[in-house]
Amino acid sequence: MESGFGSDFGSDFGSGGGGGGKLDPGLIMEQVKVQIAVANAQELLQRMTDKCFRKCIGKPGGALDNSEQKCIAMCMDRYMDSWNTVSRAYNSRLQRERANM
Amino acid sequence: RSRRGGTGDTGGTGSGMDAPSAAGLGGADPQLQRFIEVETQKQRFQQLVHQMTELCWEKCMDKPGPKLDSRAETCFVNCVERFIDTSQFILNRLEQTQKSKSAFSESLSD
Repeated sequence: MESGFGSDFGSDFGSGGGGGGKLDPGLIMEQVKVQIAVANAQELLQRMTDKCFRKCIGKPGGALDNSEQKCIAMCMDRYMDSWNTVSRAYNSRLQRERANM
Repeated sequence: RSRRGGTGDTGGTGSGMDAPSAAGLGGADPQLQRFIEVETQKQRFQQLVHQMTELCWEKCMDKPGPKLDSRAETCFVNCVERFIDTSQFILNRLEQTQKSKSAFSESLSD
């Protein structure tokens, strides 16, 4: 993701690996993976919030009532189920395409 | 934080790193190069899953219930397949119309 690559790395490599101040690629790769995972989680949460707000909140009241909260909780689980279903279906399709090449 | 691949994308890339080759990135280190290629690929996949989930949710989900029923699940699977089909169709047809356009303009300019 855009913000994950390179912006925050500067200060983290003071000690590096061994001597001569060389950057350890392994460390860089691990940090990048973490950044990517965080970015993906944020993306998921943002879209889930959007969808569940639309499904569960009618006219916004002074607080989230019980039915709204239950709806949001169910919605979150269903969104995760949907995401996993889509991920599996897309993966299958990709594998099928590769097999046909 | 930015919203990528929300409404406008037709299922192409959507992720920030679009390098066809990772040669410029990671410099001379082949390990880093390989890593970047792999992670870029993974991110493209993730982005498309995010995008399709969002789109297909609108088409397949009425009221979120206690579980994902089989009708909705089938709908999601179909939705993914048809989305990829749509993307391929668009690319193919675009390629065709480009070809016929250039053949046309070539015969004009002679």
